[in-house]
Amino acid sequence: MHVFRTTTFKLTLVYLSVFAVAVLFMLAYFAWNTDRLITEQIEETVDAEITGLTEQYRLSGIRRLVLVIQGRAQRPGSNLYLVTTFTGEALAGNVASLTPGVLDRTGWVETAYRRLDEGEGAEHRALARVEQLPGGFRLLVGRDLDEREHLLDIVFSALRWLIGLLVVLGLAGGLFVTRRVLRRVDAMTGTTQTIMAGDLGGRLPIAGTGDEIDRLAGNLNAMLDRIEVLMRGLKEVSDNIAHDLKTPLTRLRNRAEEALRSAKGEADYREALEATIDESDGLIRTFDALLMIARAESGQGREDMADVDAAEIVRGVADLYEPVADDRGLGIAIDAPAPVKVRGNRELISQALANLVDNAIKYAEPGPPSANGAPGPIEITARGEGDRILLAVADHGPGIPPADRGRVVDRFVRLEHSRSQPGSGLGLSLASAVAHLHGGELRLEDNAPGLRAVIALPRAGVPPTTP
Amino acid sequence: MRLLIVEDDRDAADYLVKAFREVGHVADRAADGEEGLALALDGQYDVLIVDRMLPKLDGLSLIGQLRAEGVETPVLILSALGQVDDRVKGLRAGGDDYLPKPYSFAELAARIEVLSRRRGGRNEETVYRVGDLELDRLSHRVSRGEDEIVLQPREFRLLEYLMKHAGQVVTRTMLLENVWDYHFDPQTNVIDVHMSRLRSKIDKGYARPLLHTVRGAGYVIRDAKS
Repeated sequence: MHVFRTTTFKLTLVYLSVFAVAVLFMLAYFAWNTDRLITEQIEETVDAEITGLTEQYRLSGIRRLVLVIQGRAQRPGSNLYLVTTFTGEALAGNVASLTPGVLDRTGWVETAYRRLDEGEGAEHRALARVEQLPGGFRLLVGRDLDEREHLLDIVFSALRWLIGLLVVLGLAGGLFVTRRVLRRVDAMTGTTQTIMAGDLGGRLPIAGTGDEIDRLAGNLNAMLDRIEVLMRGLKEVSDNIAHDLKTPLTRLRNRAEEALRSAKGEADYREALEATIDESDGLIRTFDALLMIARAESGQGREDMADVDAAEIVRGVADLYEPVADDRGLGIAIDAPAPVKVRGNRELISQALANLVDNAIKYAEPGPPSANGAPGPIEITARGEGDRILLAVADHGPGIPPADRGRVVDRFVRLEHSRSQPGSGLGLSLASAVAHLHGGELRLEDNAPGLRAVIALPRAGVPPTTP
Repeated sequence: MRLLIVEDDRDAADYLVKAFREVGHVADRAADGEEGLALALDGQYDVLIVDRMLPKLDGLSLIGQLRAEGVETPVLILSALGQVDDRVKGLRAGGDDYLPKPYSFAELAARIEVLSRRRGGRNEETVYRVGDLELDRLSHRVSRGEDEIVLQPREFRLLEYLMKHAGQVVTRTMLLENVWDYHFDPQTNVIDVHMSRLRSKIDKGYARPLLHTVRGAGYVIRDAKS
């Protein structure tokens, strides 16, 4: 029965054991205390009697003592009394026999005894004190201990009952609780199996008790929601990719077919073949970009990270694009004076930044001229802000309307006015994927006018010191 | 030049052998890693072209064993795996260059040329000369004839790389890799713009142009007369 293997059952047993041990201790303490109390009481009573009797003896002598004792000894339920001579010969009392050697010492002693009015077999135990009287007589006063023994019997009997009860309650309770928990867990297991078999819409049952099992079920359901969204997104993306790649492939094919159909002479064929190669190259570049985005999104490239200087990366990319920007009447202004440390993949970050700069050059118009009449530049900056390092490319072009800023990061999205430009439409997707790979994000902001594209990356450990 | 092509795809290998023959090289072919290793150890090749995915013995292991045997022949690795970390792995295994597929033959040919001349003192020269163009690597002075030419740092680096491989075709990808250490495709003709600026600085106004564009391949710096 797998009930016994459950954590719940084992926990129940543990709790019960702890409880049992606690109760045991309580009982033991109680028994010990009561035992002590009774003993103390006996001692007090006996002491008082002995004091009284000793006084009587002192005042009135041995005859008087014997008389008193004879009187007391005969009363029902009386203490133990015994007076003996110096040699041990009994003079008065109700004790028939004692444990040998008791009278040889004075002070407290626990002894077996037999009363005078009882038969040979009846033996009891008593707590008694032996007093040596002046003149050599010995006086013994004691009390029966059967009260104390009775108490101990009660305790042990209670103990036996208690243990029995605990075992029964423990097993029954444990089984009951465990079965309830198991039923809920089994319900969850059943549902997960259905989900794994393909029903992605299934969700775990929530009992409504708000306890930890419910919370777990709630969290797992949220996770399933997310997975469903991702799978839907995946389907959308693959649909998009199929559509957007089929277009250039179709173009390629058509061109080749057309050449076969209507080319006259070698020059025509040559031209068609060269165009085919160009178109293929474009496709290859698109595929490579897609591959890189997919890899970045799935987390590959994390193992190549090192401490790199974002300012250095900015300078490298700016250096590469400066002539191109210049040809278009745009300048590039760098603002990255101090080293800015980031843990990342230099190649990927450079590529992402290059995409942003490429976009800025493609779409930007020269901004308001600066003081000396030169066209407004594209500004590339690298600086720290809070817990992030920001690599930003700001231009004075048409910018991106706020409503479109989410869309443009998707693959192959080109806004209307840019459809005529060359390029694959993957630049922002790649930048975004690279930012995510590094644990950061791509932010598209208004440069008023224009676009400010920011790759925000987490800082590398210790913040850089500025000179 | 004698080349060895280790490639299991029959069509690709035949294409390469034929193409290399057309540009004046002799190429042998091996269809798997073991055969490739045996031939490389035996024959005297100038450059080896090794595909990464091979039957019997994979490309990187082949190179590793070759190096372990002390064979220093330059190796160019071809691979469908084109990411940076794949490249790093390839170079660490002992390869000298790495070209992802698909590639243009012009790119492959240019790189082979550069690899074949890698051994032999070019690195130790401090002054490069092509025609009357002179570049001093230590002082960073560039002059043509009597005139001193002022170049920006990156223009200097571009010219330095071209002159280091004077007479050899240098592709745009090679320039991107060696001057900026970038392995991605910039998607616009950035290199061409750089080169046209460089050309205007070193060739404009001079009788003999030294910097030439090779259609479909890249650039070369050479003195037409020599």
